[in-house]
Amino acid sequence: MKEDIKLKKYHSPVWSEPIIMEMGHQGERGILIPEAEEEIKAAVGDAQSYIPQNTRRTTLPKLPEISQPQILRHFLRLSQENLGMEENIEIGTGTATMKYSPKINEALARTPQMTEIHPYQDERTIQGILEIMYKLGLFLSEISGLDQFIFQPSGGSLATFTNACLFRAYYAERGELEQRDEIITTLFSHPCISATAHAAGFKVITLMPNEEGYPDMEALKSICSERTAGLMVTNPEDTGIYNPRIKELVEIIHSAGGLCFYDQANANGILGITRAKEAGFDACHFNLHKTFSSPHGSYGPGCAAYGVREELAKFLPIPVVLFDGENYHLDYKRPYSIGKVREFFGNIPAVLRAYAWIMGMGAEGLLEVSRVSVLNNNYLAKQLLEIRGVVRYYDDKNFRLELTRYSWEKLKQDTGCGTDDVRRRMVDYGLQSHFMGHQPWIVPEPFTPEPCESYSKEDCDYFAAVLQQISKEAYTNPEILKKAPHNATTHQPNTAPLNDPKRWAMTWSAYLKKKNKRED
Amino acid sequence: MSKEKPFSHPYIPNTVPEIKSEMLKRIGVSDIEELFQAIPENLRFKGKLKLPKPYLSEYELKRHVLSILSKNKTCESNLNFLGGGCWQHYVPAVCNEINGRSEFLTAYGGTSYNNLGRFQAHFEFQSLMGELLDMDVVSVPTYSWGTAAGYAIRMATRLTQRNEVLVSKTINPEHLAVIKTFCSSANGSNRIEIKLIDYHTKTGLTNLHDLRSKISSSTAAIYIENPTYLGTIESQGQEISDIAHTYGGISLVGVDPITLGVLKPPAHYGADIVVGTAQTLGIHMNCGGGTIGFIASRDEEPYIAEYPLFLYSITDTLEEGEYGFGNCTFERTSYVGREKAKDWVGTVSGLWTITAAVYMALMGPQGFRDIGRSIIQRSHYATKLLSEIKGVKILFGDQFFKEFIVNFDEANRTVRTVNDALLNDNIFGGKDLSSEFPELGNSSLYCITEMHTEEDIHKLVHSLKKVLGK
Repeated sequence: MKEDIKLKKYHSPVWSEPIIMEMGHQGERGILIPEAEEEIKAAVGDAQSYIPQNTRRTTLPKLPEISQPQILRHFLRLSQENLGMEENIEIGTGTATMKYSPKINEALARTPQMTEIHPYQDERTIQGILEIMYKLGLFLSEISGLDQFIFQPSGGSLATFTNACLFRAYYAERGELEQRDEIITTLFSHPCISATAHAAGFKVITLMPNEEGYPDMEALKSICSERTAGLMVTNPEDTGIYNPRIKELVEIIHSAGGLCFYDQANANGILGITRAKEAGFDACHFNLHKTFSSPHGSYGPGCAAYGVREELAKFLPIPVVLFDGENYHLDYKRPYSIGKVREFFGNIPAVLRAYAWIMGMGAEGLLEVSRVSVLNNNYLAKQLLEIRGVVRYYDDKNFRLELTRYSWEKLKQDTGCGTDDVRRRMVDYGLQSHFMGHQPWIVPEPFTPEPCESYSKEDCDYFAAVLQQISKEAYTNPEILKKAPHNATTHQPNTAPLNDPKRWAMTWSAYLKKKNKRED
Repeated sequence: MSKEKPFSHPYIPNTVPEIKSEMLKRIGVSDIEELFQAIPENLRFKGKLKLPKPYLSEYELKRHVLSILSKNKTCESNLNFLGGGCWQHYVPAVCNEINGRSEFLTAYGGTSYNNLGRFQAHFEFQSLMGELLDMDVVSVPTYSWGTAAGYAIRMATRLTQRNEVLVSKTINPEHLAVIKTFCSSANGSNRIEIKLIDYHTKTGLTNLHDLRSKISSSTAAIYIENPTYLGTIESQGQEISDIAHTYGGISLVGVDPITLGVLKPPAHYGADIVVGTAQTLGIHMNCGGGTIGFIASRDEEPYIAEYPLFLYSITDTLEEGEYGFGNCTFERTSYVGREKAKDWVGTVSGLWTITAAVYMALMGPQGFRDIGRSIIQRSHYATKLLSEIKGVKILFGDQFFKEFIVNFDEANRTVRTVNDALLNDNIFGGKDLSSEFPELGNSSLYCITEMHTEEDIHKLVHSLKKVLGK
């Protein structure tokens, strides 16, 4: 089947743009600012006189001076040198759920009724926004079975941090904080769980997978104790494997007096299929920029909906949106609250997009999202596992859910080309490189595609055909991969300066200083 | 569930029954249901999710969402004087154009081969912000100013191996709330203690006497914001930095970069680490969804080693004369280090970072100077007229940028009643400070930007006169 697919000729745009600091000429202007009216000037005089002498800026910042068409052109060209989900079959970027973000939802998020709202406006003037927050909270309660949601974390990692802070507040109230200082996670859960639990002051214990890829239950029992604050895990994990013993895992933690958090950043394979509540979890989060369609925006802003069982709701960050049957309110008077993890209420445009997405899908649509995602993933597995050099790790008794961890280990052994070489070569075919998986890479030469519901059967076939072609190239002419990409915007970067204090440069001015020093 | 009911949705291509059958056949199962065999029966959700009936047509969905959004009153159709951490500045059309580009909007964190545009635009943000701040290292921004301040304080404690910070009472209370969350710890010995520094209620300036009495050799850093939350320009920046340095601590300053065409950057008065927002640089308020925060410092290895955030560095490539980009010391980050990392990084504020880069490029040096002057003149025109109203008092004198405090004690009115009345005239009055800063009485924080015309200011004055005259 894949052999019948003719791969398209592709070359990414090459604009060789200068750095913006090199552009323009003295005296050019990109935009003009409304000057104060004559009457104002006459009344108040020179602006400088209101700035204490010792805090006046005496020399202007050395920003470039560029006219508007040239600035627009520069950034449009940079945008063309950026491959968005909408331009490619972005099956490769697994765990991130690169799904279609409906254009209508984007249009709605860009209306003044969303963009021109100040968070401190009187509640009466933001009833629309509060209604959307409240109702999305209800939808997510239904989807997860948990009772109360907030949207303050504007990224998945901030949600796992929020959770660690909430656990902290829970034990502080019970007087057990000094005792319960350990959080347990699994190796195939997102690394941000370990990082944020640690930042919140917990010791982190990582449960390693057994040969089948599941967290080791016996090991869990042995590490679980009166010091256990809780469990923070993903399921299905990064491998796409759903752990059928998840409820048992949760019960072991609960019986030791700990709390359980379900990282559902990616819940794309389980909507309407299984819920946090039935598995016994106390808290969970969803990334609205993954499962619920808000666009990824070149690394954010994202938005995480964080939810808990009723008993934990008093610890949630403030404010929480309440409804009295007539009007919506912001509740700040929550004495047990952990306070704030970010200013204001969260990334509300993402909340709006997620609300609109669910209202455009309905219960049946959400179920279909998960069913088709899982169908696509298992269909793609059939195609990929026929490719020479691809193997799948772990349990083959069960089907994977929305994504799968594969390995190019065999390809590497046979040809010397590994996952990184394939990643670079994918660029030449107009695809976003496949994601390897989070570190540490205990699956050698890993890759983790996620063909979510937005991709057609033809898209899956095309993606597989590209990987098949690359495998063929590796076996016949590995140099093609080693030197890849060939049809891309840019070539392999010199990575040595990135770790060399004499050469790294985070700003143009630092770059020039170091360059001049070297040339002296 | 075994019987497939045809369901078609425009966002899901593989809803077509024939396609589904073909795919199932390839997998070797007869029903999608079989693919979920790993999930035990007792964990399966029974029945159908109770969600409202969907609007399957795009038109109906649009009508529905707009009908809810129309319940909002906007700062565009009303006259807004709210600021305090989220500010209404003019957003140039080019900013909207670029952040609406599908290539930026819908990409994630691809490699520099496919996503060179993001890398370069982020590096340009760092470079442009570096000029405004006059600092050599600027991070890829994080979620918000408050979170940037929280991270920076944690950096300072790691750099100094001390666990106490002095924070000015005049910083934004939302920032303080975030900082408290970041400084708390499940482990008592890791907890960072926050001590608040008083301010002079006459001037709004930091009380140096109080600062000197609280600083010690346990102090990791002093954190102030300039201009302060209360609007005043802190003119003792150098003294504050010197005090920090004398005790071996770090001077940490938060700044709104829109001020930096006319105000001295914190590096010029001794700041070691600078944090701040970029929301004021071309990003809509979005009900607080437009937050974004950066961290900046000198280019010194110990500092670099403590950054939790991405730092994009410029480099070269295999091709002569070509710029390349990559992550500086990526091993620091939580993607590699997990619990051993320097705090954490994740999906942050990519699209806003690009937008702010566009804004800074548009403005140029003269734009920043012009906007600073225009804002100062407008805000001072407003206080001049407001202070002439009977019952209104402007606190802290005239050394402020865009925000200032309007007090109604002499009118014997609460801010709430004043704001209620202003709302009837389609005016969003200043933020009520009476619970955050009870020592200031019935005070509210007003914000004037380049968007407020002379007429707008007169409208406010007229309305306030009417309100207070009653």
